[in-house]
Amino acid sequence: MDDLLSEFLTETNENLAVLDVELVKLEQNPNDPGLLSNIFRLVHTIKGTCGFLGLPRLESVAHAAENVLGKFRDGELHVSPYAVSLILESLDTIKGILSVLEQTEAEPPGGDQDLIDRLNAMAEGRELPKAGAAPAVVETPAAAESDPDQLFEPVPAHLTHTLGPAATAEPASPPPPPPPVPVAAAPAAAPAGRDVAPVAHAAPPAEPPPPPPRVEAASTPADDVRGESAKESALAQQTIRVHVDLLENLMTMVSELVLTRNQLLQILRSQKDSEFAAPLQRLNHVTSELQEGVMKTRMQPIGNAWAKLPRLVRDLSHELHKKIELQMLGAETELDRQVLELIKDPLTHMVRNSGDHGLEIPAERLAAGKSETGRITLNAFHEGGHIIIEISDDGKGLALSKIKAKIIQNGLASESELAQMSDQQIQQFIFKPGFSTAAKVTSVSGRGVGMDVVKTNIEKIGGTIEMRSVEGRGTTFTIKIPLTLAIVSALIVECASERFAVPQISVVELVRAADDSEHKIERINGAPVLRLRNRLLPLVSLQRLLKLGDAQDDDKRETFIVVSQVGNYTFGIIVDRVFDTEEIVVKPVAPILRHIELFSGNTILGDGSVIMILDPNGIATASGNMTVQDTHGAAQEVAKASTRREDDKMALLLFSAGEGGPKAVPLSLVARLEDIDLNQVELSNGEPVVQYRGKLMPLVPIDPNWKIVRDKRQPVVVFADGERSMGLVVDEIVDIVEDRLQVELGTERPGFLGSAIIASKATDVIDAGFYLTRAFKDWFGNAHESFEDERQHRVLLVDDSPFFRNLLTPLLTVSGYDVTAVESADEALALCDNGEEFDVIVSDIEMPGMSGLDFAQAVRATTRWASTPLVALSSHSTPRDLDRGREAGFNDYVAKFDREALLFTLQQTITEKGAA
Amino acid sequence: MSARLPAVKKAGSQEIAIAKNEDFVTATIADQLFGIPVLQVQDVLGPQKITRIPLAPPEVAGSLNLRGRIVTAIDVRLRLGLPARTGGKPGMSIVVDHKGELYSLMVDHVGEVLSLTTDDFERHPATMDQRWREISTGIYRLKETLLVVLDVSKLLNFANIEAA
Repeated sequence: MDDLLSEFLTETNENLAVLDVELVKLEQNPNDPGLLSNIFRLVHTIKGTCGFLGLPRLESVAHAAENVLGKFRDGELHVSPYAVSLILESLDTIKGILSVLEQTEAEPPGGDQDLIDRLNAMAEGRELPKAGAAPAVVETPAAAESDPDQLFEPVPAHLTHTLGPAATAEPASPPPPPPPVPVAAAPAAAPAGRDVAPVAHAAPPAEPPPPPPRVEAASTPADDVRGESAKESALAQQTIRVHVDLLENLMTMVSELVLTRNQLLQILRSQKDSEFAAPLQRLNHVTSELQEGVMKTRMQPIGNAWAKLPRLVRDLSHELHKKIELQMLGAETELDRQVLELIKDPLTHMVRNSGDHGLEIPAERLAAGKSETGRITLNAFHEGGHIIIEISDDGKGLALSKIKAKIIQNGLASESELAQMSDQQIQQFIFKPGFSTAAKVTSVSGRGVGMDVVKTNIEKIGGTIEMRSVEGRGTTFTIKIPLTLAIVSALIVECASERFAVPQISVVELVRAADDSEHKIERINGAPVLRLRNRLLPLVSLQRLLKLGDAQDDDKRETFIVVSQVGNYTFGIIVDRVFDTEEIVVKPVAPILRHIELFSGNTILGDGSVIMILDPNGIATASGNMTVQDTHGAAQEVAKASTRREDDKMALLLFSAGEGGPKAVPLSLVARLEDIDLNQVELSNGEPVVQYRGKLMPLVPIDPNWKIVRDKRQPVVVFADGERSMGLVVDEIVDIVEDRLQVELGTERPGFLGSAIIASKATDVIDAGFYLTRAFKDWFGNAHESFEDERQHRVLLVDDSPFFRNLLTPLLTVSGYDVTAVESADEALALCDNGEEFDVIVSDIEMPGMSGLDFAQAVRATTRWASTPLVALSSHSTPRDLDRGREAGFNDYVAKFDREALLFTLQQTITEKGAA
Repeated sequence: MSARLPAVKKAGSQEIAIAKNEDFVTATIADQLFGIPVLQVQDVLGPQKITRIPLAPPEVAGSLNLRGRIVTAIDVRLRLGLPARTGGKPGMSIVVDHKGELYSLMVDHVGEVLSLTTDDFERHPATMDQRWREISTGIYRLKETLLVVLDVSKLLNFANIEAA
């Protein structure tokens, strides 16, 4: 049933129950104005709600009753038993309608004109007229319904009997009609006579027909009342209404109980074999359940906070001329009422923002290749004691350039500072006060009160907010909030013999740091840092931050690091000891301590001592500017930068061997570097070999004049493929450099691809393939054999650079592919025209003449190769490039120099094609 | 102490009907007698286990647990610009209610409740230390000694000291 309706039913049934009692009191005590106004108010409420819910039948009855009550209240009418019964009758009618409503969710058909007429007459002060008809009509047929024949008999009898006196003398003594409603009897009598008399006169036999229709109208509710009154209202019994204060009080009490329970458990822990153990365990369970139960009473589905959003979005879309679709997932996720109230506004604000700033107008969306209708998605779900709410849109994302301009305009950071920041860091600026990128102030948003307020509000309730945005793709905000504010789980730590609580929500992990352990605190100009999984984690000394004592952290042999995360900023807090976690009830600190940002509150622990609760947000702020120290973002940036560098450059192994300058080979081809004792070199079939990992590994010298000199060691570059390996004998390993490999001078010398400038020296780039075949004449041939049970997959390699063709051809051949290499797209298409078939085409993107993208489109346009998988090979692998590649028709995209990925992708692509 | 007791009786009970009387909880700090209006006092405590609060103003000694409520302890000595207590007897505390929050005022010793007539009340003399004048409402002339009335809300108003 509709929430609103069931709430209305519950409320109205309660009100009616009160009204019944009050009306009876009123009858006994007709001049009590308090009573009267209370009754009036209750009926008025019912009328108002009915009108609001669109229940006309109920409303009209309640309205008429209210009119009468209004007259009573204003003293224009006197409270008479008849009036009270009339009101009671309307209440019964209302109840009847309600019970039908509860079953069918719709008002029963029909009307209550008769009752309303009588009520209206009453309101006009005409107590007597007309009213008699109703009781007679309602009751008589009701009684007679079972036996229609009887109807004729008694009714005319009454009428004729009444006729005489009634017609002649109006104020005649109360005569016959037998209405079982006793209060109504007296006033009803006379009018009954007068009203019905003429009819009876004119055509006594025709008299019966009129009642039935009237009866029907009136009896519907009446019957219903009778039928349903036994059941009362099922709804009313299922729920009771309790004042929120009572619940809050209950919650506080339970919180205290939890604390006391914790205290007892702590005492128990220190005592072995206590006889209290068993009962305390029971108490423990009961308390936990009680806590959960009370918490549930305060839970409400998050959908309540979302209820206004569809309307808001609709208005937004009209006002902004955008097409917006709102998707709400997980509306039934429940959270604490108090939390719900607090996030309502931030959520509304963020949805508004998404609609206003995030989504584009339909034309722009179409131009960007998206559907006209923008989508805002709200998703709520539980995750480990927290509620996660995601607000995402598929709009244009945050425009970095706009943000940058705004940052500079507002003087939040200088251009040079911005240049050093990661995209992530720059995006974080939208959480700064007074920041809005909306070009103009609309009535919707862009007034400069924005995300900073949202962030503050969310942090106020112990939550966190994160943002991810991809320009052109949309923005996602992730809000993480605790289930309830009352009780939080906290980690108890010690620092300088003082204990503190850290909310569990912001603790990511704990690391033990000691001189003898794997993790050691290091210092950069005094600033402590920790290497943690190949990242530098900035550390904050709690002792120093809180100015506790002067002891140096260095003196301590062992410390613990609480790795915390605030937004995207991860940092470590150095503490002396870590105790266990405890459920704590957060209490606000005294006003005179509110200015200390490092504490979010205080609490009483199980052992009865007071403890301060640390605020990770405050610590993050106190330990340095968050946006500048955004290590997470910075690390990502570094990672991004290095991939970019890899795109342009490649790792090369530099060595010297024989004559000439330094030699180089792509590091990706090298399996290992070894230092071989030449005493172990043996000759097999006249060629030098060495026992290596239980196999014989042929050694191939680059320098043709190489001699085996006993008692010497020699560096060897090992190339490996599966079980086989080959050692390339060199004189000296010089270095590994990352450089742009540009073969400038081609060469006809066997074994060399050409020369390039590497590390500012002219360097010979060797052809690994050449030496592989030197070691095993059948290196490639053998590879063929190993794959011969399968059909050899034919690969077409399109790359303008001879170096890459030479690099990849052996590589792919080794892996069992039949490679055809061409140097341009035109040549490749010519092969197509010649009727060649390939299993997969690998193509470079940047090529002179026809580019890879054009080539891909051309391939897709052909009939023969239209379904051949295409893999792009490029040094540019930003998401944008990927998209462009996909659009052009490439199935996959591989960064150049990534041997593993290429092989994997080829395998994947071919398998997929086979499956398809 | 015993010397002051007669003064209570004399100044107190009989004159209640005539002059306006006020009741004070008395406390001694560095041999000076202070009074706190009795209606603001919630509790008198012996030595308590106090949790230090880092970064708090020096006058804030810490917080303690009073029957499940967290009470902020204020060292009145420091608030008055006196040196901190050194060793010797443990101090006592008077717990006061200020705007719904409880504060424990740490003093050397807590005496009895005195009922004093407003006739003996005087504004503080001009020569009194500025800091003391700020946090007291005036002086009561007792027979043997003088009683400084502490103004709790001003005592707990820390903004002033920071400015001073």
